[in-house]
Amino acid sequence: MPRLRIEQVNTLQLNGVSLSVNAGECVCISGSSGSGKTLLLRAIADLDPHQGEVYLDDIPSQQIPAPQWRRQVALLSAESQWWAETVGEHFESVDESFLHSLGFTSSPMDWSIERLSTGEKQRLALLRVLGLKPKVLLLDEPTANLDFASGQAMEHLLMEYQRSEQVAVIWVSHDAAQIARVAQRHFEIESDRIQEHARCN
Amino acid sequence: MQLISLSAYDLGLAAALVIFLALLSLRMQLGVASQILIAASRTVVQLLLIGLVLKVIFATDHPAWLGLLSLAMLLLAGREVMARQKYRLRGWMGFGLGTLSMFISSFSVTLLALLVIINVEPWYTPQYAVPLLGMLLGNTMNGISLGLDRLNQTAWQQRRIIEARLMLGWDWKRAIGDISHDSIRTGLTPIINAMAAAGIVSLPGMMTGQILAGSPPMEAVKYQILIMFLITAGTGFGTFAAVRFGSRRLFDERQRLRLERLQIAK
Repeated sequence: MPRLRIEQVNTLQLNGVSLSVNAGECVCISGSSGSGKTLLLRAIADLDPHQGEVYLDDIPSQQIPAPQWRRQVALLSAESQWWAETVGEHFESVDESFLHSLGFTSSPMDWSIERLSTGEKQRLALLRVLGLKPKVLLLDEPTANLDFASGQAMEHLLMEYQRSEQVAVIWVSHDAAQIARVAQRHFEIESDRIQEHARCN
Repeated sequence: MQLISLSAYDLGLAAALVIFLALLSLRMQLGVASQILIAASRTVVQLLLIGLVLKVIFATDHPAWLGLLSLAMLLLAGREVMARQKYRLRGWMGFGLGTLSMFISSFSVTLLALLVIINVEPWYTPQYAVPLLGMLLGNTMNGISLGLDRLNQTAWQQRRIIEARLMLGWDWKRAIGDISHDSIRTGLTPIINAMAAAGIVSLPGMMTGQILAGSPPMEAVKYQILIMFLITAGTGFGTFAAVRFGSRRLFDERQRLRLERLQIAK
């Protein structure tokens, strides 16, 4: 039984997307910008109306209350949002060791949002999502604004987390080298379809 | 004290002041001269019409006429609430939401006043029912349109934040909670200010009118206090209801933010 099963999902740009992701597996999706990758992730997280059905451990999304669905099938969007004064107010829980592995040597929880750099926001946004303890992670170009070292640190944390927590990951990326490092399977969006590439690893 | 009846000459003198103001603003090129004259003419025509209607209704004293007038007042107020929102819900909800909230609050508060507080006999005596309902609708209309306008506009501006909260598994109420609260506060601010300033900065219009018409000041004051409290309650409950329904309407059954349900007024 796959952890996440997507059946015949239609979005504005994509038709009949079907794919399954197993627990502890990472599937990468690439495609030109504007090809509908973000909208597909939003449909899976049930943020946009869509046709088709998505199953988590064989339970259709419609049978799970929407907030609970979004905690379990968590979307990390490309641009993070912050609304309160300090970092800590945006967190339910945070794993200290994760902070460390993403390069925070002291706790940023009482830092002011104003002070954060783009890269820090992006790393903290990932930690915020991991705090939900999701079963599926939908990542929309999570390392796009990071320098190489921070990007590598995030990749390692994600791969480690994916294995230890048996999370299913869908990772949208433009970077062929990154896809080769993190993905077990790779799909590409061509016009309105999604096509599987030859198996990577 | 006797009520001194105003002649056409008296009103004409007051009108001359307004015309003088319009001429002055024309000279200063403020661009409001025609607005002043049109609004002034509307005041004359609308008030004369309502005067005629009231004259008929007071004379016939039949509850059906009162009901008809109340309905017309409600629908006009509902239209006004819709017109004052820059971002409003599409379709009949744009009109229905504000109107329904006004109906719930204004009519129930007016009925309570007529049946329990003032205890008029019969309760539909138009001399009491029409002015009470009018004042409640007028003020509730303000609160609801301010609240809904703030709600829809802020939701539009902060949609990314609302969606980011949904992505963190917040339910719709929590995701829009601070915006809803802000909107209710915005709707309630004018009436709170009016209560705080009553009698110090301004003599409320109703009380002034009653005193001019010959009522003893203390009687006018008691009525004014009653009206203030009724208006505050009506505005408050109406704004709560409108902002609550309006917030819910921005999300669908799967708690997705559906801002395409809003349209921008031209």
